[in-house]
Order: sequence, then structure tokens, then C-alpha cells
Amino acid sequence: MKIHEYQAKEILRKYNVPVPNGVLVSSKSEAAKAAKKVGTKVVVVKAQIHAGGRGKGGGVKLAKSPVEAEKHAGNILGMTLVTPQTGAEGRLVKKVLIEEGMAIAKELYMGILVDRETSQILIMASEAGGMEIEEVAAKTPEKIFKETVDPIIGVQPYLARKIAFALNLEGAALKAIIPFIINLYDAFAKEDCSMLEINPLVITSDDRVLALDAKVDIDDNAMYRHKDTQTYRDTDEEDPTEVEASKFHLNYIKLDGNIGCMVNGAGLAMSTMDIIKLSGGEPANFLDVGGGADEEMIENGFRILISDASVKGIFINIFGGILRCDVLARGVVAATKKLHIKIPIVVRMEGTNMEEGHQILQDSGLNFLIGDGMKDGAQKVVKAIK
Amino acid sequence: MSILVDEKTRLITQGITGREGMFHTEQSMKYGTKVVGGVTPGKGGQTVMGKVPVFNTVADAVKKTKANATMVFVPPPFAADAILEAADAGIELIICITEGIPVSDMINVYKYIQGTKSRLVGPNCPGVISPGKAKIGIMPAHIHKKGNVGIISRSGTLTYECVGQLTSLGIGQSTCVGIGGDPIIGSRFIDILALFQKDRGTKAICMIGEIGGTAEDEAAYYIKKHVTKPVVGFIAGQTAPPGRRMGHAGAIISGGQGTAEEKMKVMKRCGIKVVKSPADLGKTIQKVL
Repeated sequence: MKIHEYQAKEILRKYNVPVPNGVLVSSKSEAAKAAKKVGTKVVVVKAQIHAGGRGKGGGVKLAKSPVEAEKHAGNILGMTLVTPQTGAEGRLVKKVLIEEGMAIAKELYMGILVDRETSQILIMASEAGGMEIEEVAAKTPEKIFKETVDPIIGVQPYLARKIAFALNLEGAALKAIIPFIINLYDAFAKEDCSMLEINPLVITSDDRVLALDAKVDIDDNAMYRHKDTQTYRDTDEEDPTEVEASKFHLNYIKLDGNIGCMVNGAGLAMSTMDIIKLSGGEPANFLDVGGGADEEMIENGFRILISDASVKGIFINIFGGILRCDVLARGVVAATKKLHIKIPIVVRMEGTNMEEGHQILQDSGLNFLIGDGMKDGAQKVVKAIK
Repeated sequence: MSILVDEKTRLITQGITGREGMFHTEQSMKYGTKVVGGVTPGKGGQTVMGKVPVFNTVADAVKKTKANATMVFVPPPFAADAILEAADAGIELIICITEGIPVSDMINVYKYIQGTKSRLVGPNCPGVISPGKAKIGIMPAHIHKKGNVGIISRSGTLTYECVGQLTSLGIGQSTCVGIGGDPIIGSRFIDILALFQKDRGTKAICMIGEIGGTAEDEAAYYIKKHVTKPVVGFIAGQTAPPGRRMGHAGAIISGGQGTAEEKMKVMKRCGIKVVKSPADLGKTIQKVL
């Protein structure tokens, strides 16, 4: 789950990782008061959306007075912010963070992530802060320093020192960054983060060490043990159809095409999208109804599929294992009747109780097209919508 | 011949008294798997399905039944603990079906398992089947056929798709291994590839990957160096958008890494027969045999 910068900073504060003082506001009128409360000569007005590159899109502004802070907040709130990560449609800004400005001596990068190559946690640090780390990795990989963490001992002071020296720090900044790194890892581990990125991590001219920005993703599988962070979910940042699907425990992702797909299993669902594309069509979505789908789930799946107005045809691709083909067929017939679906539906089913399933489709009196294998099914649906 | 599981495997199920655990244990038994017991803490002493003894701990079960494999159906919050318990009790093969285990739990499990004699397959996987011998997992048994193609896959139903194509062409399988769709898994492609290379009953290997991570690249380089048997490969998610988690927790393209295109390129370069369409898996394997 993605969370906002201000929420990430709330977490960091809890673990004694220094972050700038800030106040979250959702209206222009609160902004001036917030700037006064923050109290520094310069304040930063930062749009809160789930995407990076906000500065490039005009979502981060410096203000030299509370009046100016109010003006910037007024401009940013309600704007559709387009950044390199939002796509062309952008995101509506509903909240801004007013933060203290500070004299920055050095900008660093620090990230903690799950490294799939080693199946361990990796800390990445770099002196090239403020830039996108992917860019640094591509152009100057020697500027990135990596350390793997043994989960059994966590980050011990020696490991933090290794990173601190690799960042060429000295004096008060060196002393300050060691607990910073230890606490940052503590936050990552205890809050079940799947990614935590501080970019930039700043050293101020008076040698303070702070997380100027913070990007945190939390492991969805671990949400059940974090009641407090569960409230951080912001469904305004998600596609409304995807939010609806998640209520029914359906795994749905909206895409740009016009062929709706309903499949059991993630791998088969992805390859169904692939084969539609190979057959000259465009998938409208990814939808995995899972192994244990029942009639109700299939009906909900259908409802989600057709709520996307661009869907002109539906391809159902099911390899029945635990999910029996007769159960699926009954669900498909019921949903098609109940929801009065008029667009072409191609059904490809194989596996457990396949014959019974086909009989149910045939006896329904509805006009289903039958796919003989995935390829035939995909070709039939592409042809049907032309 | 086959790998990992066969008629000699002595299986227990952890979470045997749960709905899923019970159902799939029964299915595995019907297929001929030697099920010697089950574990549910607090229900030790009971008997399920007429003859299967339930134990409180895995250690008890091992002592009484000489079990050498376990199938884990324990719910996500307790699954990592169940795997650790099995490893601590000296079980050689741990197959974890459970989906939704927190990543941080799996990081600890992965580290711990390295120092034991246990091998973990999964989590979030359909399990392992050696057709005609034994089945440990949730795959539909009837689509399989005994033969000489080894399958390794990150996906469940897509594996069934491949098996279905092979069986309808009259081609059987030595063993089908679902390694799981999570970012942290016990056995990776390379671990299973090594076993298939050694297995005299396996003549060709089919490797089914998906977007996310670099396990397929790692496998491709391994194949180039160590595998002499023909390998057919497929990557699901050629049309998947970046940054989105496609059903499986591990199926996500992040920072431009882990795309299907890149994986297919590396695999081709390493001598793997890569198919673009999942519908061509069976036919292509038939050709290389």
C-alpha cells in the first residue's frame, strides 16, 4: 500500500527519525496560519499525492511569507498535478504540507528495500541525493553504496558506521546519522514496509540530519497487524473501479483496451492479456477471480467488468481446478441474465467438470461463443467486437 | 523417475483440521500420496478421515510417523511459524501453499532455512506433483500424465494450462513444481533446474516465469552453464503495465526492472526456446523432445 509523504513522516517521527516540522492543511485559509506556526522565514508548500516528481509538475513551492504560503497553497490545492509518474491524467491535489525551510549543506539518498536477488533487506545510500536513484544507478552506479541486513541482528552500529563513512560524512553529521540509520531500519522492519526511500536526506549547515522527503510503501500482506496504518489508505488515489473490486476481494487492474477479461489465477490472467494482444486486440483489464470463486464472486466480477464503458466484449478464460467449470458456467449464465449483458461473451473453460459446464452454457438459451483453447478464445473475442 | 516427491514420500499436513487442509489432504491421499499424519496445535490425539492421526507438534508427528514431507495450509499470520516448526523438526521437504504471508516473515524464514537440512517450496504455490506417484498440493490431479517433461512455474493455473496442453498431446510429466508467486520464496528456478538436470526421468524442461524480479535471468544464465537438457520458456505479463502488482505479490515491474521483454531476451540469449504465446507451450515442448 502506498501512503502520503505526511503519513510516512508521522511514522518516522514515531521512531525518532528527524523530519522537518510541518503542518498538513486542506484549504488555502489554513495555510497562512500553518506557516506562522511552523515559524521559519521560508516555508515549503508541498502537494500530497501518491506519486513522485511533484516538484517538476509545480507541486512544491518555496514561500518567503505566510501570505505567499497562502497564495501557493491556493494554487496547488485543487490543481490536477501532472508529474512523470502520474501519467497524463494527473492527480487532484487535496492536501498540502507546509514545512519549515532550512539551510541545506548536503543532499544524500537513502533507501531500504526487499532485495529479491538475495531474499534479504538491502540498504542503499548515495551522495547523489535529490536525483532519481534509477537515474544514478544507470549513469553512475559507483555512486551507490549497498549493504545487506541480516534480519536476525538487524542494523547494528557497525553497519550504520560503514554506511556513514561511505557517504564521506564527518564530525557532528557523522555522529547524527548513525542513530538516524538505525532508527530508519527499525521503522522499516517494525512497520512492515516493503520500500522506504529518503530522497533527499539532508545535512543542514548546522550539521543536523533530517529526512526532507519520505516515500513509504507498506506490505499489503502485513496490514492485518497494523491497525493504525490501515487508516492511511487513501482511496481517492486509487482507480474507483479497483476500489470497488477490492471490496469483493477481486484482483482487478484497469487497462486501456476494450476486451474485458475474467480469469482464475494471476499467471493465467496475465497470459490471457498477452494472448489477446497477440491476437490483435487490447485487454481492458486484469481480473483474477482466484481459485475459490463462487457464483456470487463471478457476478461481482461481471459487474466490475461492464462498469468500464470502453468494454466491448468479454473473454472468460478458466482452467478449472478447485473452481469447477459447472459452478463457473452457472455463475456466468446467472450474471449475464441478471445484468442484461448484450455485448459478446466468449467462454473458454477447461479442467474439472468441463462437459457439464458446456452443457449449462448451451442450455441457457444465451448466445455464448465457445473458445476451444486460449488462442481460439482470444481470436473469437477479437473478431466478435470488430 | 521424478524429483522431490514420489511413492516413498511420507507426508503430513500442517493445518489438517482446517477446511482447505482437510480437503486437499483427502485429494492427495486419493491420488496415492502416503499421508501419515497431520498437525494442528491443541487437536493432538484426534483422528481425521478415518485413519489419519493428528499431532500437536511437528516434532511429535515426525517421531511417531517418520514423516519426511509437510504440506502447509496454515493461515498467513501463522504460516511462517509453521514453516520454522517443520524445519526445526528436521522435515526434509516443506511445501507451503498459503498465500499472503508478510514479506518480513519470509525474510526471516529464508535466512533460518539456509542453516537447516530442509528445502522449502513456496509459499503461495500450487505444490508439487509427480504424476502417477504422489501429489502434494492443490493442483487438479486428473489433467496430469506420467512422463518425462519437468515443469517449473511461478504460477498455478498457468501451469495447469501447460500440463493440459501436454497431456492432450499425449506427453506426460516427470514432476511439476510450483515455486510460488511471492517475492521471497524457498526454492528458486535454479534450485529446481539443478534437480531436473540430474533426474534421469526428465528429458525436457519447461520453465514458466512472469514479470517482476530477476529470477528468470538468473535461471537463464544457470541453464547456459549447467543444463544440457532442452528448455522451453514462457514469461507471463508481456502486456502488464509497470508499477502495478499483477495479482501475485512478486509480479510487479519496478524501476524499469523485471519486464517480460527483458527476461525473454536474456532467456533466448542463453539458449532457451522462448514462446511468445502461452498457447504454443505444448507444441514447442513436443518439438524439442
